[in-house]
Amino acid sequence: MAIKALDYDTLNENVKKCQYAVRGELYLRASELQKEGKKIIFTNVGNPHALGQKPLTFPRQVVALCQAPFLLDDPNVGMLFPADAIARAKHYLSLTSGGLGAYSDSRGLPGVRKEVAEFIQRRDGYPSDPELIFLTDGASKGVMQILNCVIRGDGDGILVPVPQYPLYSATISLLGGTLVPYYLDESENWGLDVNNLRQSVAQARSQGITVRAMVIINPGNPTGQCLSEANLREILKYCYNEKLVLLGDEVYQQNIYQDERPFISSKKVLMDMGSPFSNGVQLVSFHTVSKGYWGECGQRGGYFEMTNLPPRVVEEIYKVASIALSPNVSAQIFMGLMVSPPKPGDISYDQFARESKGILESLRRRARIMTDGFNSCKNVVCNFTEGAMYSFPQIRLPPGAIQAAKQAGKVPDVFYCLKLLEATGISTVPGSGFGQKEGVFHLRTTILPAEEEMPEIMDSFKKFNDEFMSQYDNNVGYSRM
Amino acid sequence: MRRFVIGQAKNLIDQSRRRQLHHHKNLSFVSLIPPFSAPSDSSSRHLSSSSSSDMSASDSSSSLPVTLDTINPKVIKCEYAVRGEIVNIAQKLQEDLKTNKDAYPFDEIIYCNIGNPQSLGQQPITFFREVLALCSYTALLDESATHGLFSSDSIERAWKILDQIPGRATGAYSHSQGIKGLRDAIADGIEARDGFPADPNDIFMTDGASPGVHMMMQLLITSEKDGILCPIPQYPLYSASIALHGGTLVPYYLDEASGWGLEISELKKQLEDARSKGITVRALAVINPGNPTGQVLSEENQRDVVNFCKQEGLVLLADEVYQENVYVPDKKFHSFKKVARSMGYGEKDLALVSFQSVSKGYYGECGKRGGYMEVTGFTSDVREQIYKMASVNLCSNISGQILASLIMSPPKPGDDSYESYIAEKDGILSSLARRAKTLEEALNKLEGVTCNRAEGAMYLFPCLHLPQKAIAAAEAEKTAPDNFYCKRLLKATGIVVVPGSGFRQVPGTWHFRCTILPQEDKIPAIVDRLTAFHQSFMDEFRD
Repeated sequence: MAIKALDYDTLNENVKKCQYAVRGELYLRASELQKEGKKIIFTNVGNPHALGQKPLTFPRQVVALCQAPFLLDDPNVGMLFPADAIARAKHYLSLTSGGLGAYSDSRGLPGVRKEVAEFIQRRDGYPSDPELIFLTDGASKGVMQILNCVIRGDGDGILVPVPQYPLYSATISLLGGTLVPYYLDESENWGLDVNNLRQSVAQARSQGITVRAMVIINPGNPTGQCLSEANLREILKYCYNEKLVLLGDEVYQQNIYQDERPFISSKKVLMDMGSPFSNGVQLVSFHTVSKGYWGECGQRGGYFEMTNLPPRVVEEIYKVASIALSPNVSAQIFMGLMVSPPKPGDISYDQFARESKGILESLRRRARIMTDGFNSCKNVVCNFTEGAMYSFPQIRLPPGAIQAAKQAGKVPDVFYCLKLLEATGISTVPGSGFGQKEGVFHLRTTILPAEEEMPEIMDSFKKFNDEFMSQYDNNVGYSRM
Repeated sequence: MRRFVIGQAKNLIDQSRRRQLHHHKNLSFVSLIPPFSAPSDSSSRHLSSSSSSDMSASDSSSSLPVTLDTINPKVIKCEYAVRGEIVNIAQKLQEDLKTNKDAYPFDEIIYCNIGNPQSLGQQPITFFREVLALCSYTALLDESATHGLFSSDSIERAWKILDQIPGRATGAYSHSQGIKGLRDAIADGIEARDGFPADPNDIFMTDGASPGVHMMMQLLITSEKDGILCPIPQYPLYSASIALHGGTLVPYYLDEASGWGLEISELKKQLEDARSKGITVRALAVINPGNPTGQVLSEENQRDVVNFCKQEGLVLLADEVYQENVYVPDKKFHSFKKVARSMGYGEKDLALVSFQSVSKGYYGECGKRGGYMEVTGFTSDVREQIYKMASVNLCSNISGQILASLIMSPPKPGDDSYESYIAEKDGILSSLARRAKTLEEALNKLEGVTCNRAEGAMYLFPCLHLPQKAIAAAEAEKTAPDNFYCKRLLKATGIVVVPGSGFRQVPGTWHFRCTILPQEDKIPAIVDRLTAFHQSFMDEFRD
């Protein structure tokens, strides 16, 4: 009698329930088409280097030297590497306990955490404790660790913005918690209205859910909005009154494309508010080397900073981190370099500043090109990308299209995005992957394709979209494509 | 011109090793001395390094949402002794040593608690690091000066790898299972090792082997009614992961008297016992070579295990991270995949997950976090779920992926780097074998200590036959006897080992795990100190 060891039915339900659209159906279909030889423009994930953005030179030089320390002994090393990169490599190697190949402290190298603390202090104007900063293999791992700590069961609810980056919904699913959505207001530039929060929480509580934490993504993903200082104060006050721990996903803090609302960290606002808030609101802030103008997604480097968590809780989080032994050391060095980049006067400064500025300015231009491009399309309305890396246009699908989707057994925005993919090779993520108001459809694309290619991409999109809209506008009640 | 790490660079790394964890300004210890309890409970709690900042909230504050009372109880429940209480004491001592050298009978802390070879002076394999450096900073490949600093085959390999990465973008997220070309290389390496083909689509690359284990536990465990058979003693990743996922660890005891042998009768007994308690046993975890026990399973034993899993419908989780660490001529590593395939078992017969890592072997690249699991015998709908879980984290770190492909496809005879590669590899492995023997012999000479040989892996796991007086003294301090011994050892010698309780053991027996990793020239001093300490301990507590 052959007993089936593991079949689909006996899998952990939480795994089956969890969804992660960023690498879901559309991505898989795009990959299939790519294998068949079709040219695909992957705009499904914030992956700058995959779309031609070059790595910054200085960090790569430093890390290469750390990978192969024998280079430092060679008299010719100065021919290949500038002196400041050499010095910095020696500095980071001296912080390790055996180079890149040794497990570090499970929280990350103390020396790098110190540099992160100094960065936070410079940024916010308030002291930061390295002991409360843990480095992680990407910010996502940090989010998972913290949520794992907070969620005890399905009775625990986590407030998550809708639309949201589906790491949150997927992780909450996996951990068996409950997602409590609060809707961002598209007509107000994806603004956060505390009244929406109150409603969501009241509803959850009426269903017996204990709301434990609130997630904010600032700048937003997929929506790109940058929260104002007033908004952040409101949120922090709300968390204080409702006893919620605030999870501040700030991975896009370097990606700001307007000047009205520069980035302000949740920690700074909290400290500015003074007592009782500054010592009464629990906050965990997340950052990464994957975004910004660095875009070093493949390194898997991130950190979280804890504020007002009791020491015994910090200890437990440390304990769980120690099971994974340590975050990868190369990425820790990238993090160190990111928070303490070349300074004016350093040999590599000019090149570093030029490269960084070039990337940021181009992103700003592309944010504008894409927003305007979408707004010029029939039945498409798009808020400006204030920050982050994405554009999230609203696609007003005619009833005919929605019907056709139904008949094809697809969610309407999935249907649209599949058609878009097949017609143009542009691979996006349907808005349903991020959550949206009932009956309102979007797609998420990134602003990352090379600037030279943008006009063509937007033309290609417009052609497809306007034809699609004409087709379905004229065929109300029919389905044909 | 290739160089080993010499001179300046080595000094840097040597200095930093001695200055491990130099930054601990605001340490205040909340000492959580574990109660003297049944050894099946892990008795080493984690100490805190809490901040003295006034931003830290009191533990008993009920007005805050996240306190010790309100966090996930599974987090509280799980334990991981390898970096637990003893290590925290050691770190404190190390800090104190800087200013209070004379207060201690030793001048340095020697960390023998964790399989972290490069933190104790083991050098990385030059060829691997050359390739990684070239892939980190690809501009090097366009410079003529590079040919003077790097071996020609490392340059060639770097080009080959970069061509397998879309756009040569080493900073981009890759496919969630890892870069296809690298998985091809790994599959080829598996086939060369086993003589049976491997499918790159069965490979899932992870940040070290541990995340792969977590993924499988997540998949297999829905509630405490789901059990996973684990060897006792075991590497506490398994117990911790099972606890975190809310499952039940079903122990099967390895037989110390027969060199930590795995008896099928024991497996059967524990399986039946668990089932009678209403537990659905889902998988069998086997660590081969073993950790902490070091035994290498015989092929016959492995065949029995495979048949057992097949008959009982269990997923076989084969932790094979020490596959390159075998020190005895009468044993050889055989992968479970090879064993199953040579029995004629294919995809339909056995669900098998095999784990490998860049952290161990002769490469010892712990800090890179590279590894993979090879997943065979699952239906496609189950594999889709594994893929989905992998995709939430997007991908594992690229540098680790590259390294994983390199260890499975190292230089071959005729390659430019082959001679030096083989010399480095053999040097490390033969040294490990010598150290394993030396330490084993030294431990067996101690009064009341018996130690099985380390056939493989990186550890010795001696059995302490402690006198009653010592056990009573431990009880008085509310700590397990092996924990008591290890703390005394640390304070007398500066040597850090992990109490056997951290790995679980047959109740009433005591052990500790010590790595064989300190450099060879340090071993005599370690042996001397250990011997002297043990003598005086026995003098104090002898019945």
